[in-house]
Amino acid sequence: MSPQTQAASRQVDGPLLQVTDLRTAFRTDRGLVKAVDGVSFSLTRGRSLGVVGESGSGKTVLSRSIMGLLPKRNTERSGSVLFEGQEIIDLSLSERRKIWGREMSMIFQDPMTSLNPVMRVGKQLGEGLKIHLGMSNDDARATALKLLQDVRIPEPEKRLDQYAFELSGGMRQRVMIALAMSCGPTLLFADEPTTALDVTVQAQILEVINEQRRDRNMSVILVTHDLGVVAGHTDEIAVMYGGKLVEKAPTRVLFANMKMPYTEALLNSIPKIEDPSHTRLNVIPGRPPDLVNPPKGCRFAPRCSFAQSRCIEEEPPLMTAEHPEHMYACWYPVGSPVHRERSAQLAEQKVGAR
Amino acid sequence: MAGTGKAHLRDSPDVLLRVEDLVMEFPVGRTGLVVHAVSGISFDVLRGETLGVVGESGCGKSTTGKALMMLPRPTSGSVMFEGTELTALPPDQMRAARTRMQMIFQDPISSLNPRRKVRDIVREPLAIWKRGGKEEQLAKVDALLEEVGIDPQRAAESQAHQFSGGQCQRISIARSLVLDPTLIICDEPVSALDVSVQAQVLNLLEDLKAKFGLTLVFIAHDLAVVKNISDRIQVMYLGKICEVASSDDLYASPAHHYTKVLLDSIPVPDPEIAVHQVAIEGEPPSPVLPPPGCRFNPRCPAADDRCRSEEPQLREIATSHFVACHHPLVGGDAPVAVRA
Repeated sequence: MSPQTQAASRQVDGPLLQVTDLRTAFRTDRGLVKAVDGVSFSLTRGRSLGVVGESGSGKTVLSRSIMGLLPKRNTERSGSVLFEGQEIIDLSLSERRKIWGREMSMIFQDPMTSLNPVMRVGKQLGEGLKIHLGMSNDDARATALKLLQDVRIPEPEKRLDQYAFELSGGMRQRVMIALAMSCGPTLLFADEPTTALDVTVQAQILEVINEQRRDRNMSVILVTHDLGVVAGHTDEIAVMYGGKLVEKAPTRVLFANMKMPYTEALLNSIPKIEDPSHTRLNVIPGRPPDLVNPPKGCRFAPRCSFAQSRCIEEEPPLMTAEHPEHMYACWYPVGSPVHRERSAQLAEQKVGAR
Repeated sequence: MAGTGKAHLRDSPDVLLRVEDLVMEFPVGRTGLVVHAVSGISFDVLRGETLGVVGESGCGKSTTGKALMMLPRPTSGSVMFEGTELTALPPDQMRAARTRMQMIFQDPISSLNPRRKVRDIVREPLAIWKRGGKEEQLAKVDALLEEVGIDPQRAAESQAHQFSGGQCQRISIARSLVLDPTLIICDEPVSALDVSVQAQVLNLLEDLKAKFGLTLVFIAHDLAVVKNISDRIQVMYLGKICEVASSDDLYASPAHHYTKVLLDSIPVPDPEIAVHQVAIEGEPPSPVLPPPGCRFNPRCPAADDRCRSEEPQLREIATSHFVACHHPLVGGDAPVAVRA
């Protein structure tokens, strides 16, 4: 079976990925760093999920925990990850190897350090095909060429015999995508795939990922700190803060009706091109919480302009909003009376300060 | 584009920095080929102004920033800073001149010495130039660290890796200010940072600029960021200047097709708008063999034979708005024929 048809031919009911109460913590000298602290979500085949948060929110650890890329040493893991109905959280390395590439694969942020610097692009692409799919040298090379064409690299024949350092950043990231695609995975993780790239190339790369997702009926988890990146390229968005999922909704629902003050603050901190120059940017004061000793109540409360005493004392659970697929963890969400009252106060202060 | 020309240079007593016909070329191994990183650009910066320099990787924006510091010396051209011609200065005088112009780099963690305490890193310039006694130096360092929002006590005890990326960038900023420079060259200072931290650092730069009367050259690839902080923006492509205008004019009426592409590429955080927005295909060609005529012509929707043979010059199409294009989007004298 060719890798292109492999993913499409599998028929499994139910979600492709079902994560329940996933916890990942690292043992350090300072204590246990709870990087992912009880995250649950599910992802349907062919859909794309954006995981958004600041550095240290646990978004990268979440994707690596699901894929099983973290070292066993000094890592504590619990919870459940069902992939096509099969529990994969405690697979051995040799069992994982059967899943990597064929079932799930990952695109990393920095394409230069993720590609082998002393192996030609064609050989690198062929390696997985030969090992995972048992292809011959000639078949692997032909498939590698096809993959480079799929990601729309200019002059693909020439690229097969080039090294990573001979390619531009955008082309390297296309090679990474081709590599991740090579064995026809059903789930693709893209961890900040465009952060190292120019804005013009960023749009092209996101479009290539989307195109591949549609063609192969693949699911994509796009991890990024930039809400602008996920807005146009995902079906759903999960916002993470301090190792927790704090808001999750279909993309359009989220942007139309944000509930978490954190999500709103994240969106407002992006400079808007339509604002006049020297517009004061909205910042989120302070820094993300220390994951060794996270705050007792809502983890965002110490930085939240709308926090009340309840937020500091009591941790909000994930609640369902008007839209059944929209979940948020906040006692006083955007639009609630307390939030509205406080917004009015803040606006007054701002005017007063001028 | 992208052309040469000096129509946009200003004749003002407030000019702090004036660059003319700057050329930076690097040999490619022993092949005899040359990378044309910057090909004869001219620009000026007024005292107290922020000049934004924007363009894709390989457009020569970072090379330009470094050339201002003579790192390395330009292949040809002139850099006048505070009335001194830097390209002709002997090395010891150039070192002294560099105390007046400082640089902030993209990767805040790797631009700080990993083995030294942060407070010592910030003090080092003062120690090298023997400005005051040690107590005096430390007092100044601590005041600056406070200014950028770093606890001096912690800085005295910690190394760079104990701080976050945003904090390291604040430390780099403090270090750049310690010798009281007039000009700060910021080379992609926020591209490695999260959006929330990016906003903090941009606000900090604005505050410090006002407080210390600084002049900034702000280099970045994200036009939204550049527009926020700059008074004037210069768009570069493949070693040439395409367009120069005030930030608000550039956004309101981009004249160069490349500027339009950059504006259209900014991700819009709104799913209703952002669905499809690949503004341009491909990447800039190699600066080893730049195309003849306008260097943007192979990717330009309006390119014709003239663009492929004749290099456009920068000309004024509106007050203080300059473009190097034969068929600009606004202010052109010929109708624009856009290929479908």
